[in-house]
Amino acid sequence: MAATTHHHNPDVNYINEFKGIGSWLTSLDHKRIGLMYMISVLTFFLFGGIAALGIRLELFSPGQTVMTADQYNQFMTYHGAIMVFMVIVPGIPAILGNFFLPIHVGAKDVAFPRLNLLSWYVFMVGALMGIATLFMHKVDTGWTFYTPYSIKTSGAATMMVVAAFIMGMSSILTGLNFIATVHKLRCPGMTMYRMPLFVWAIYSTAILQLLATPVLGITLLLLAAERILGVGIFDPALGGDPVLFQHFFWFYSHPAVYIMILPAMGVVSELIAAFSRKTIFGYTAIAYSSLGIAAVSFFVWGHHMYVSGQSETAGIVFSFLTMLVGVPTAIKMFNWLATLYRGSISFQSPMLFALGFLFLFMIGGVTGIMLATLAVDVHFHDTYFVVAHFHYVMVGGTLMALMGGFYYWFPKMFGKMYNEGLARVTFVFIFIGFNVTFFPQFILGAMGMPRRYFDYIPAYESLNKISTVGSWLIGIGFLISLYVIIDGLLRGKKAPANPWGAKTLEWQVPSPPPHTNFHHDPVVTAGPYEYR
Amino acid sequence: MNEPKDVHHIVDYKILLKSGAALFALTFLTMIAFWNHHHLGAFAAPIAFLIAGVKAAIVMMFFMGLKYDSTMNRIIFGLGFFFLAVLMAFSALDIWTRVPVLGTI
Repeated sequence: MAATTHHHNPDVNYINEFKGIGSWLTSLDHKRIGLMYMISVLTFFLFGGIAALGIRLELFSPGQTVMTADQYNQFMTYHGAIMVFMVIVPGIPAILGNFFLPIHVGAKDVAFPRLNLLSWYVFMVGALMGIATLFMHKVDTGWTFYTPYSIKTSGAATMMVVAAFIMGMSSILTGLNFIATVHKLRCPGMTMYRMPLFVWAIYSTAILQLLATPVLGITLLLLAAERILGVGIFDPALGGDPVLFQHFFWFYSHPAVYIMILPAMGVVSELIAAFSRKTIFGYTAIAYSSLGIAAVSFFVWGHHMYVSGQSETAGIVFSFLTMLVGVPTAIKMFNWLATLYRGSISFQSPMLFALGFLFLFMIGGVTGIMLATLAVDVHFHDTYFVVAHFHYVMVGGTLMALMGGFYYWFPKMFGKMYNEGLARVTFVFIFIGFNVTFFPQFILGAMGMPRRYFDYIPAYESLNKISTVGSWLIGIGFLISLYVIIDGLLRGKKAPANPWGAKTLEWQVPSPPPHTNFHHDPVVTAGPYEYR
Repeated sequence: MNEPKDVHHIVDYKILLKSGAALFALTFLTMIAFWNHHHLGAFAAPIAFLIAGVKAAIVMMFFMGLKYDSTMNRIIFGLGFFFLAVLMAFSALDIWTRVPVLGTI
């Protein structure tokens, strides 16, 4: 595939070509920026995870145990806000997307490298502002900042809302950069239909980031204006409409669910093809279903509002439209299963996480159809059934894919192999722990246990105890993962260029890649999954 | 205009000056409309939106150069407005189809 040859030293790569903390903080290299996002996101994940463990510990027994009701509301708010805005939304696009999208399309960097670095700084400003509210009057609104409570609360909601607005700006800049990169920087021979499906997924996500995030920004600014200036927009006392806030909020936040899950689907497409040693089944269908999910996601937000006071007519329309999301999602699921069929499957740790994704995401998806059904949702709304569904999609889906993708690309990112046996142990702990935590919550929800409450009646106690024990298993799983990463970085064997025998472009360059990604300008002559 | 693909069109400075002048004139018109808003009654807000819309169109066409851009980029830009319309249409659907509560049992 070589067209132009440059002189190069094989021992020099993006990690060691430039030295010192300043070279990282001012780096325009997409790979380094991806790693900076990784360190930030993992740190915030630790905060969000501790909040989650705190919530589950309080719910281990009925009544007040380890925290007061007010503290519980704060734990719940910070768990949600941190995990959504600082971990899952930026997670896969900003870490793996930044690192691999340019290499996947054969480019030396993203289209706007300075904008890319700016987006990390903007993200950090927003995230640190959000974290700083922990040292002020803590926020207790929940991550959705619903009015009218968010207007009245004495917590530092304005600062948290402005923080989310700033992080949204970062998300927009990242999306813009990826769209421009895909359209303008593909190497010779890299047609749209030769791009890896991970790139298609990130591209679809970028469209959502660009079109939906500004609405969240405007909504949060309106909320801040109402809190600071007393402008009547959402507060009925001032002539506003609190349901309007929910319309605006969910117009972003439902597509945001797909901002969170579409990149995960892209990762899973890569993993399943690589570890089945087989050409992916239905490449075009998977690529277009990503765009289909992105498009449909803009028409379904009202299913969050069936019992909000929204009209019945609107509820029926949104219920019907929500069902449509099931079509492109099922197309993906079918194609992944068809790829597995008669493949030479190897159960290495990334593949275990991909298979875990298929299993858990299917449960999350099917229960989503249940919640989309208007009459059913009226019963399940605001119960633990919704909490379980959401976590099956976001943790069972996105987090499993992030872990799988991380293990898959770890050798490429750091040039080291990790302890495969221990990595599989992390999967066992996280997968079992996840199901032990969240499956009982489906039953609790069906029994009528409301979400967001810090106390419950004794009838719910045994299932809550099981759920809390599950959260400890997940925590142990992630601690072992941390050990696997550190051990791999310190003592891992040198990784070959292509340890998995995969076909996409990143595996054709050294591990770790050089500063400009390719020693030779790549020319693509075949598709990304031509195994057999 | 027969430019090679991907070459950025440079807008003539005279057009930019005229566009700038039009924006200032329309801003002045907005002020006049505001001073007379009690005479305009229910038309005050639509007139203000109309003027703002014309100003936005001038910015998009000449300052952002969409008038000279590819159809694909114009479509992508238009998509933003399409989804804004979706947001407003469905929110309005909710508000217009709410059944008023006449009393309680």
